[in-house]
Amino acid sequence: MESLLTLPNVLAGLTMAALNAYVLFGGADFGGGVWDLLASGERREQQRELITHAIGPIWEANHVWLVLVVVLLFTCFPPVFATLSILLHIPLALMLIGIVLRGSAFTFRSYGSEHDAEQRRWGRLFAIASLLTPVLLGISIGAIASGGVGEAMRPEHARGASSFVELYVAPWLTPFSVGVGVLALALFAFLASVYLTVEAGDERLREDFRVRSLWAALAVFVVAFVVLIIALATETHVGPGLTRSAWAIPFHVATGVAALWAIWALWARRFRVARAAAAAQVTLILWGWVLGQYPYLIPPAVTIDAAAAPERTLNLTLWALALGAMVLFPSLAYLFRIFKGKPAAFERME
Amino acid sequence: MYCKPPAGVTSMSDVLAARSQMGMSLAFHIIFAVVGIGMPVLMVVAESRWHRTGDAIYLDLAKRWAKGTAILFAVGAVSGTVLSFELGLLWPEFMRFGGAIIGMPFSLEGFAFFTEAIFLGVYLYGWDRIAVGAHIAAGTIVAISGAASAVFVVIANAWMNTPRGFEMLHGRPVNVDPIAAMMTPAAFPQVLHMVLAAYAATGFAVAGIHAFLLLRDSRNAFHRRALSVALLVGAPAAIAQPFSGDISARYVARWQPAKLAAAEGQFRTERGAPLRVGGIPDEAARETRYALEIPRGLSLLAFHDPDAEVTGLEAFPESDWPPVRIVHVAFQIMVGLGTFMAIVALWAVIERWRRRQIAEDRWLLRAIAVAAPMGFICIEAGWTVTEVGRQPWIVYGIVRTADAVTPMPGLVVPFVVFTILYIFLGAIVVWLLSRHVLGSPRLTEPEREPAEGSAA
Repeated sequence: MESLLTLPNVLAGLTMAALNAYVLFGGADFGGGVWDLLASGERREQQRELITHAIGPIWEANHVWLVLVVVLLFTCFPPVFATLSILLHIPLALMLIGIVLRGSAFTFRSYGSEHDAEQRRWGRLFAIASLLTPVLLGISIGAIASGGVGEAMRPEHARGASSFVELYVAPWLTPFSVGVGVLALALFAFLASVYLTVEAGDERLREDFRVRSLWAALAVFVVAFVVLIIALATETHVGPGLTRSAWAIPFHVATGVAALWAIWALWARRFRVARAAAAAQVTLILWGWVLGQYPYLIPPAVTIDAAAAPERTLNLTLWALALGAMVLFPSLAYLFRIFKGKPAAFERME
Repeated sequence: MYCKPPAGVTSMSDVLAARSQMGMSLAFHIIFAVVGIGMPVLMVVAESRWHRTGDAIYLDLAKRWAKGTAILFAVGAVSGTVLSFELGLLWPEFMRFGGAIIGMPFSLEGFAFFTEAIFLGVYLYGWDRIAVGAHIAAGTIVAISGAASAVFVVIANAWMNTPRGFEMLHGRPVNVDPIAAMMTPAAFPQVLHMVLAAYAATGFAVAGIHAFLLLRDSRNAFHRRALSVALLVGAPAAIAQPFSGDISARYVARWQPAKLAAAEGQFRTERGAPLRVGGIPDEAARETRYALEIPRGLSLLAFHDPDAEVTGLEAFPESDWPPVRIVHVAFQIMVGLGTFMAIVALWAVIERWRRRQIAEDRWLLRAIAVAAPMGFICIEAGWTVTEVGRQPWIVYGIVRTADAVTPMPGLVVPFVVFTILYIFLGAIVVWLLSRHVLGSPRLTEPEREPAEGSAA
């Protein structure tokens, strides 16, 4: 165990923890957009209103987790940031367009327009951007996990023998990566609907999101299964990591237990339990990936140690994180206490 | 077995496209970032005045400003995220080189941004949920963390101008010291100049809009109060800015002589160099034409000594020259408009000091209205001087911009896509804000109201 707690490992772990927070909080905000798009039935407008109300005060704060991931990556593991930026330029740039349109459209809808037609148009853009962005994030993660990025770093590519497509498209446009993209979307939608069951003030609205959560749970299960089949069937670096390590089996069991627990809790209408279980499930899936490719940051090419910044930088960053956490966590607790303390009462904001 | 991704042959047009995209993204984002620094101060001042005086117009003002700020902050947050990714998407070799050295201020900025976003959420959505004192405190935290974000980001930029905190060994940085990298000679002058610029630009933009509306409707109490709060923030900053500019100029003269020479259109190295007002530099002929020359002015300003020697561009190989004409013209715009703002600010302060009613001085209102966009134009021009003036280096004297660019070809495509995206967003924001700013409440000040003079 001792050898695991090196400075580079700790910072890699904290970077992933920030990604985990982004997925749990920012991810759910994107999931909210998905349910805005899929709003249906007689309570369609109330569903949309609940989503807007739930996301409004917190999405910008939740979004900063992503910025923190980027900053930690380029501070502590600069070569990894450089390499991913080069080879995943296209999906990351598309993801950024999604991020820009999602945030802007959401705000324009909340603040800008009084006309219904105009609000609907911004709502549509917000929802579509919320749908595409998680897929592109998932594709990028899938491209790393599958070894697509790592393989594109082989020296034969460096000699200039590769085409544009081989270098800048092939690493990420694979069945596996796209599968992970869809999985990310399903997980974010699942998180959002489960969170919304807790936040809904109205019994029927809660029931709407309970049904949606159960469908989303099923979707997660199906997509995860398909992704697993693709991983085992194609030559990726995921298969061995997922199955070989000593901790792998207990880890998968824990993930499965969390998933079933979430479904049971939804079934039994224990919504707070369901929220905890869903968050645990998504967290375990994320760490299953992270630990599965340990000690690589970009398998099979770049390890944590090989990419780590000088010790002094890592040390100082650790201090900065400790200091920042002392400001951040009380602030976040305050924010969530104000806006998530009790179910939404549907007050319109000023 | 594995190595860096391909060092493909990057064409100059790709470098130009990458620089254009970065420049466009920065130029777009800086407007929203500046509003995010300045507007919280205005909102907090207005809300505090409402709290203290019970004058409901101030509350209305704070709420309307908050609405506008919400839109602008959201666009600032997402366009700032784009920039943090673009550091890598466009300049991966720069980040490979410098990430470990200047990641520190970015990490701190991350937390400042967090605090800003959290308390802005509290402020914007918490009007009815928390006590007035807590609400004003939340706004104050937004203002402080907004300024802190700017400080950290500008510190990182200062490192690009005066890189410190490492040694070069075989072309790679060793003995990295992130603290030393934050304390560079450029850090203090740049941070001071930028933070003041943010307050001056926001204050004047808001003051200018309300001055314009007062010219049509001079007794409108809403616009009168708005003008007084905006000037309270904008005027002192605009007056302080020339002094901060002097500090910046002396630092540039000492540490980045090529940038100063380009800004001034100074081709020859000479003692008692003149200050050029206006003029068009001709790089081929190595002279600046049509400028009004103030003898010994540049030596005096840059070194506080009329006979000091100023290094001209001729001291550097032409391959190390920044684009002289762009830098010189941008510098003239910044100094010219900045001076105009400082004079108007001084005028307003004198009027206020003589207990005159600014809202009734139509010439002053006209001057303030004309100055409305100037702060932002100055900021764009100033960053042009800083960034274009550092060329051809991305890390001054150490890494060339052309060597830092991504090997991915076809960079003109993302440049065009992001430009269209930002033009679209910019147009929407202007449209939304204009609709909501121009719908001014009809609140006429009573004919005799002696208490108004105390509102500053």
